[in-house]
Amino acid sequence: MALKDITLGQFFPGNSVIHRLDPRTKLICVVLYIVALFLASWFVSYTLMLLVLAGSIALSRVPPKSILRGLKPVLFIVVFTAVLNLLYTPGDTVLARFWIFTVTLEGVSRAFFMVVRIMMLISGTFLLTYTTSPILLTDGLESLLNPLKKVRVPVHELAMIMSIALRFIPTLIEETDKIMSAQRARGADFESGNLIQRAKALLPLLVPLFISAFRRADELATAMECRCYHGGEGRTRLRQLKYKGADYAALLLFLAVTVAAGVLGHFGL
Amino acid sequence: METIIQAEDLHFSYPAVEEGTTPVVLDGVSLEIEEGSFVAVLGHNGCGKSTLAKHMNAILLPSGGTVYVDGIDTRDEDRLLDIRRTVGMVFQNPDNQIVANVVEEDVAFAPENLGVPPDEIRQRVDDALKAVNMYAYREHAPHLLSGGQKQRVAIAGVIAMQPRCVVLDEPTAMLDPIGRKDVLRTIRTLNRERGVTVVLITHHMDEAAQADRLVVMAKGKVIADGAPKAVFSRVEELRKVGLTVPQTTALLWELRREGWDVPLDALSDEECAQALYQLLQ
Repeated sequence: MALKDITLGQFFPGNSVIHRLDPRTKLICVVLYIVALFLASWFVSYTLMLLVLAGSIALSRVPPKSILRGLKPVLFIVVFTAVLNLLYTPGDTVLARFWIFTVTLEGVSRAFFMVVRIMMLISGTFLLTYTTSPILLTDGLESLLNPLKKVRVPVHELAMIMSIALRFIPTLIEETDKIMSAQRARGADFESGNLIQRAKALLPLLVPLFISAFRRADELATAMECRCYHGGEGRTRLRQLKYKGADYAALLLFLAVTVAAGVLGHFGL
Repeated sequence: METIIQAEDLHFSYPAVEEGTTPVVLDGVSLEIEEGSFVAVLGHNGCGKSTLAKHMNAILLPSGGTVYVDGIDTRDEDRLLDIRRTVGMVFQNPDNQIVANVVEEDVAFAPENLGVPPDEIRQRVDDALKAVNMYAYREHAPHLLSGGQKQRVAIAGVIAMQPRCVVLDEPTAMLDPIGRKDVLRTIRTLNRERGVTVVLITHHMDEAAQADRLVVMAKGKVIADGAPKAVFSRVEELRKVGLTVPQTTALLWELRREGWDVPLDALSDEECAQALYQLLQ
């Protein structure tokens, strides 16, 4: 069945340097990378960022094709942003004028850099999800957000919710498949008709799915209680997150890149 | 032998849905489970066997009577964790009791909750996975395993807690025959080789026949309690409450009714064949 082929997240299992980095390192690096991207302003700084991205992709051994494929769904947004920037940026050097629009040199350059920025932004964050399993990502987030516990943010609970959600995605997909088959066997039609008709056809699918999800939640809660779950207090972990040499190196590198992009951007390079 | 679970005149009814109709689920159950034994609780749907199981680690609290786990009253909220770590529980649907995305992470869940140091968690997880013969799958995603494998992972998740008793509530009800066999073998080894007390809730005669002691329930009461051979030979009583007996016993019973002199307590295929062989001679 087609539904079963959906991969959980977009994780590419592997053992590259990037894969082995601590998830917290990768999260922080991605944030730094995004900040740097917004500080960059012209070819010099963008070339630097491009080098960083290309280097990371090469190190991760994720096929560049998959990264490009990931860009496809956002193509519309990219084109839309480009067109808007192209047509609505005021400037001195007018290149063309038609109907109510004027295209300026500034508009062309702005549109170009905006496209590059969005594509690099998405490629960078994709690299994070491609090289980090959802569990590690959750663990990393929990650990990074830990200080927020002091201001009563339920960090552990949020992380637990997230990991249980991830755990149950394949189970619920399988169940959806089953219900769909059962209803198809009784003449339900999920494929034809316009959007509204198809959405309506999904309703009888959602009701049993929801009921069963609640029953599962109830049973899972009991099973968790049976295994002595009592919240995050006093809990230890099998897998301890630990920063290693490579993590410090990566953090320093990205910090340097961000500073460099900031300086270059400041001087309009 | 020490008693690990003790129920004294246990009554339980769910809160009334309508005025005046309180459905009584358990109606005066008294039961003692000895440490190290393998007890099967057999009964028809709705006889209260699952409800009884849920009283054994304080998931449900009695409406009347008392349940002691290792001498602790299950109403004692301060010692809830002690009760739960003494008596582990495995449920019917393996999908709904697996918490994590990776097999070993799931097995680690209980010791993590108990605050066991990481090194010891690793040890316990490996040990538990080996005990259920799932060590090779430790890094797999649970949703890609078969039903029987998932259920064994769920059992490992409970063993990692190092409980003295494991209660299994119809653990094979959703499994195919192969998965059922694997799970039952795991349960037996658990009992024989590790000395873990096992309470197996089931409605399968052949599963119940493998226990040392068989408790039969009907309408919230214990109606028979003893060695499987002795209990199954009470064919008429069992049939009256809607339970069938194993085919071997059924055959011998029919023969006896026709006036043949055969023993009723030949439960296994071999014993039954032997009895028939002697009869023919």
